[in-house]
Amino acid sequence: MPNGSAAGHAEPHGHHHPALQHHFDDLEQQHEASTLGMWLFLVTEVMFFGGLILTYTLYRIWYPTAWAIGSEELDIYLGGFNTIVLILSSLTMALAVRAAQTGQQKATVTWLVLTMALGLTFLVVKFFEYKEKFELNHVPGPYFQFEGPESPHVQIFFSLYFALTGVHALHMIIGFALMSVITTMAAKGRFTPEWYTPVELAGLYWHFVDIVWIFLFPLLYLVDRHYVG
Amino acid sequence: MQTMVAESPVNYVNHQHSVASWLLTKDHKRIGILYLIVVSIAFTLGGIFAALIRMELTTPAGDLLSADIYNRMFTMHGVTMVFFVLVPAVPAVLGNFVMPLMIGAKDVAFPKLNLLSWYVFVTGFIFTVASMIIGGVDTGWTFYTPYSTQGSETNVLLTGVGVFITGFSSILTGLNFMVTIHRMRAPGMTWFRLPLFIWALYSTSLVMVLGTPVIAITLLMLVFERGLHLGIFDPRLGGDPVLFQHLFWFYSHPAVYIMILPPMGAISEVIACFSRKAVFGYSFVAFSSLAIAVFGFLVWAHHLFVAGISPYSALIFSFLSFAVAIPSAVKTFNWTATLYKGAIWWKTPMMFVFGFLGLFLVGGLTGIFLASLGLDIHLTDTYFVVAHFHYIMVGGAIMGYFAGLHYWWPKMTGRMYNDTLGKLSALLIFVGFNLTFGPQFILGYLGMPRRYHVYPPEFQVLNVLSSAGASILAIGYLLPALYFMYSLKWGEKAGPNPWKATGLEWTTQSPPLPENFPQTPIVTEGAYEYTKREIKVA
Amino acid sequence: MSGHISPKSTYYAIFGALMVCTALTVGAAYIDLGNLNFPVAFAIAVFKATLVVLFFMHVKYGSRMTKLIVGTAFFFLGIMLALTMSDYLSRGWFTSPNGTTGAGAITSLSGPAAPAAEPAAPAEPAAEPR
Repeated sequence: MPNGSAAGHAEPHGHHHPALQHHFDDLEQQHEASTLGMWLFLVTEVMFFGGLILTYTLYRIWYPTAWAIGSEELDIYLGGFNTIVLILSSLTMALAVRAAQTGQQKATVTWLVLTMALGLTFLVVKFFEYKEKFELNHVPGPYFQFEGPESPHVQIFFSLYFALTGVHALHMIIGFALMSVITTMAAKGRFTPEWYTPVELAGLYWHFVDIVWIFLFPLLYLVDRHYVG
Repeated sequence: MQTMVAESPVNYVNHQHSVASWLLTKDHKRIGILYLIVVSIAFTLGGIFAALIRMELTTPAGDLLSADIYNRMFTMHGVTMVFFVLVPAVPAVLGNFVMPLMIGAKDVAFPKLNLLSWYVFVTGFIFTVASMIIGGVDTGWTFYTPYSTQGSETNVLLTGVGVFITGFSSILTGLNFMVTIHRMRAPGMTWFRLPLFIWALYSTSLVMVLGTPVIAITLLMLVFERGLHLGIFDPRLGGDPVLFQHLFWFYSHPAVYIMILPPMGAISEVIACFSRKAVFGYSFVAFSSLAIAVFGFLVWAHHLFVAGISPYSALIFSFLSFAVAIPSAVKTFNWTATLYKGAIWWKTPMMFVFGFLGLFLVGGLTGIFLASLGLDIHLTDTYFVVAHFHYIMVGGAIMGYFAGLHYWWPKMTGRMYNDTLGKLSALLIFVGFNLTFGPQFILGYLGMPRRYHVYPPEFQVLNVLSSAGASILAIGYLLPALYFMYSLKWGEKAGPNPWKATGLEWTTQSPPLPENFPQTPIVTEGAYEYTKREIKVA
Repeated sequence: MSGHISPKSTYYAIFGALMVCTALTVGAAYIDLGNLNFPVAFAIAVFKATLVVLFFMHVKYGSRMTKLIVGTAFFFLGIMLALTMSDYLSRGWFTSPNGTTGAGAITSLSGPAAPAAEPAAPAEPAAEPR
């Protein structure tokens, strides 16, 4: 099925939409291409995190006790709070996209700002969690200290904890930067129901980062909580 | 297809001259040329490492290079050739240039991202070369743990970071190509009217998008472990070094399909044009490309057969490795059938096609040997493996790249090169290549291990033959550099379609307009509507 | 520009469901379900992720291509996990006296000693996935 008709859509005012790039025939083709591009990027992200998930899976099977011990060292309240914060930020993001779809500029900006605030909250909490880990010498490496016979395996658990949450946090920071750009564009009134693609794409990215955390929370914080009471 | 082509004196090369207009270009054609420059530099660099290796191996003793230096040589030869030549060569050079033209588009879907891909590629290359300048790496291009994380005292971090960065170039290019092929085909260009080169590029892009992120995270974990002491593969903590191998090869095996699929696509284009015949079994070839891409993800552990994996798992991977050969075989049969009753036109691109067919066949068949568990125990980590993959990578992929380069050079530059010299270099490459790597099959069978700088004296004759072949090969590769450069200034003007080929890229002027086509083409027929009546003799 | 516009109530409802699931998964972690703890936690996470994908990311109202792409990503992730684990989980089948070698038993550099000699190794030879 050929795409990008030579005839093109009749432009509403007989001129190019300012956001239309010259190598596309019309906004619809551009929008479809952009969305497909973002989805393919998310595919790469699934495989990227997938390598860490594979590593996690193997070592959890090999060292279930160490996993339970390590998981108990994580603060379930902070982790749970962060989960709620992030899921809430997905809600505000979805509402931001909806506001852009319906041409409500002020609401778009408001929801986007809220999303950013929630994202920032997540990162701040994470910072305090990491700080505690540093203070307890739970950071793998030459200064790692942990009591008990499972200590070497617990060090692997913490290696994965830092790798997984660290890479996730990096994605959150990038997402936050992305959001600030989008929010600025929204505040300048760049988005209309005819063209709001960047908001939609930022939304897809943000939801993906949320989904990663939806998995990380039980995988890291909820391993056999009953085991250690 | 003898339509009159409107030619303009303006083309993508001469319409803007400044350095900035090249370094900030969004034109896929200029980006292809930019990649050509870097890939050629990398090929030269990798070739120098190869020359040093072959020079050392002419004598049994370790007289030219110490063991330590030798380890760095083969490592850097591998890293350079794999990541900076074989992976980008056909897709980033030829794909970037030709693909939008072939589908009738004005550019790729994301031109700025395309330029970013090039900058990312160059950045990764600079990191890696910097690492080489300050001493290089000695882990092998495979970076196996725990040597790479704990044992080696060389610049693993810097090289690891360099390759990590380069991976993103691959990811972004693959993503760009997939979206372009999905969304920017000209009216009438249905999927089954696409040239097979496009099917090949699409399949490759699938692999790039799905596989490259895994090596990215693997290298990141390597960097974390070596730099930050996160103990993921550390056996002292209960970590598993073989896990690194699983993760590494999960990408690196599909990577070899990234390296071979686009050259196969180029072969399809050239073989059709120079047999004056449509490729036999178009849909079989198209679907085989996809099949290779998908099946290629199922076989990686055949690199781990002797690493201590479960024999039951090894059985599965062995079976799957046999299976992945089938689509490649289908393609080879179809190309052969394309030649049958074709009107063969003996021009340089076709010489490289014939070289490819023979050498890829040998490389592919010897892969089956290695997929056999019992045989692999004997042959693994010997020169048999080295010969096998060089037959595929050099005899196959590089030959395909050269076929494509010689085919599309007139389109890219508007000039013809000297065909006699072209044929001479094809011959030198073919002879030199076989002399270099043929003896290595025997060496491997006799038990000579790979990655050793010394060997027992009884292996010397074969090694000397191999090194002699390498010098012929070097001349064969040097010649194109010379006659291509010469052609830029003094070559005969090519015109829009010097090969009387089908395909949208040949319906426009050479070099093409900046925007490719004066107006959007409308496609009404399949990709290879050659008629045998048009037998053209040079 | 075409794009399905969901009513706000849909988004609030999905958010509510996600909150309930979060509470569920935390609660379930405190109950001893034996070997089922991990599958339950995983299933809840998958369900939550599915809700986000279908409704927040609009895949439910999207094209077949989008659905195919999402499926493909998880399919290949599945391949990577399944085939790799096929190696680890079948090591030592029928060849090791105590069942699987359970690997990871080497924590000292004194060589691949018998797993029994390693003090911290889990006693059960077949380490079932939790």
